[in-house]
Amino acid sequence: MLAKRIIPCLDVTAGRVVKGVSFVELRDAGDPVEIAKRYDDQGADELTFLDITASSDDRGIIFRIIEQVAEQVFIPLTVGGGVREVQDVRNLLNAGADKVSINTSAVVNPQLVADAASRYGSQCIVVAIDAKQTAPGKWEVFTHGGRKATGLDVIEWAKKMQTLGAGEILLTSMDQDGQKRGFDLALTRSVTDALEIPVIASGGVGNLQHLADGVKQGGADAVLAASIFHFGEYTVQQAKQHMAAQGIEVRL
Amino acid sequence: MVDVAIVDYGMGNLRSVHQAVRKVAPDATVCVTDDAKIIADAKRVVFPGQGAMRDCMREMDARGLRQAVIDAAHNKPFLGICIGLQMLFEHSSEGDIPGLGVLPGGVVRFASGLTDEQGGKLKVPHMGWNRVHHAQHVLWNGIEQDARFYFVHSYYVQPSDVALVQATSDYPKPFVCAVAKDNLFAVQFHPEKSAAAGLQLLRNFVNWNPV
Repeated sequence: MLAKRIIPCLDVTAGRVVKGVSFVELRDAGDPVEIAKRYDDQGADELTFLDITASSDDRGIIFRIIEQVAEQVFIPLTVGGGVREVQDVRNLLNAGADKVSINTSAVVNPQLVADAASRYGSQCIVVAIDAKQTAPGKWEVFTHGGRKATGLDVIEWAKKMQTLGAGEILLTSMDQDGQKRGFDLALTRSVTDALEIPVIASGGVGNLQHLADGVKQGGADAVLAASIFHFGEYTVQQAKQHMAAQGIEVRL
Repeated sequence: MVDVAIVDYGMGNLRSVHQAVRKVAPDATVCVTDDAKIIADAKRVVFPGQGAMRDCMREMDARGLRQAVIDAAHNKPFLGICIGLQMLFEHSSEGDIPGLGVLPGGVVRFASGLTDEQGGKLKVPHMGWNRVHHAQHVLWNGIEQDARFYFVHSYYVQPSDVALVQATSDYPKPFVCAVAKDNLFAVQFHPEKSAAAGLQLLRNFVNWNPV
């Protein structure tokens, strides 16, 4: 049967992988191409790159990184960050991305999701949703790296994105992100139950049990994590063995 | 004359396929092309596809590539990938359109509301790494039984001739994920994105000399 996926996430700025809490105190984790190869060797099922470059001068760097990774790593690559128009999707796919993740621009211009999906296929369009809890069982969509409230309900928004042609949802809990306390399982469960398309749980992983919980309790189709892998706490292989020991189907 | 022509009809991204073929055949000339003459002259042809089959058929025809693809599927080592597999059949329920009719059978969608053995919801598209139960064929050489390959699709093929079937996968019921006939081999998954097992299949293809 289909395996649950483990997806290491690489936040990239100025050509380096970094990790911080809410974009402050960024800690250097190394060279993106080397890190990508390491995770591939460890059995990562996919890789996600988020370009968090602030300066437009540096925006070309991500293309060179993706080109280099795509020459050496033969698993699916997702790239997000700063995707504003269909041409951005095209440029990333041409650089070697297999999927492109759209976040803020999907809120600003939902038609972008529809246009990109109809042009390149739903299989390559991931809509990233940053969610904050507003009441028990209620979450709101935030944009601009979690700084800007939109008034949109996360579940309604996710369903709309599915209808417009998103192939997958990358769901990040802003409340949990960087806290290492585990995913927001209620959020993950609510969204995955509401959708036909796969949901990637993100935000908050601090140990391997959190990954297993995301699948077993949250119902996620894939789990994404960054810092637990970047700084050598755990390998992707260890994460898979931990999940397999709990009866979760993984690719070992 | 090129060794491997990858058919480009403007649908989706062929860079991954190109990179992977170059990786397993470093000495071969490999080109991504929308030129019917180059496809006709190539020793081998890879026929990928992404997106909706209706769009793929339209774009292929807009470039005048239909006959070159049909000819290659009949007369030289030919590898269809994903929608490139589905387009070989007679008909697709995706948009209720005819395919190329190289192989007998149709293309249908996964039902909605599928569940696994534990009652977990099975999403469509079928996306991720699934086990492939394969038959005997040289393109499976060096690939373990039940090896995992990367899939992303909502439709699958139903050949009307079971002799074509070279592999199945389960979601949750078995579905056909590879077919072969003479010089033709075609797969639903993405070998170019399936790590070592996928590269091995591509390696087997570029070394394949069907009689």
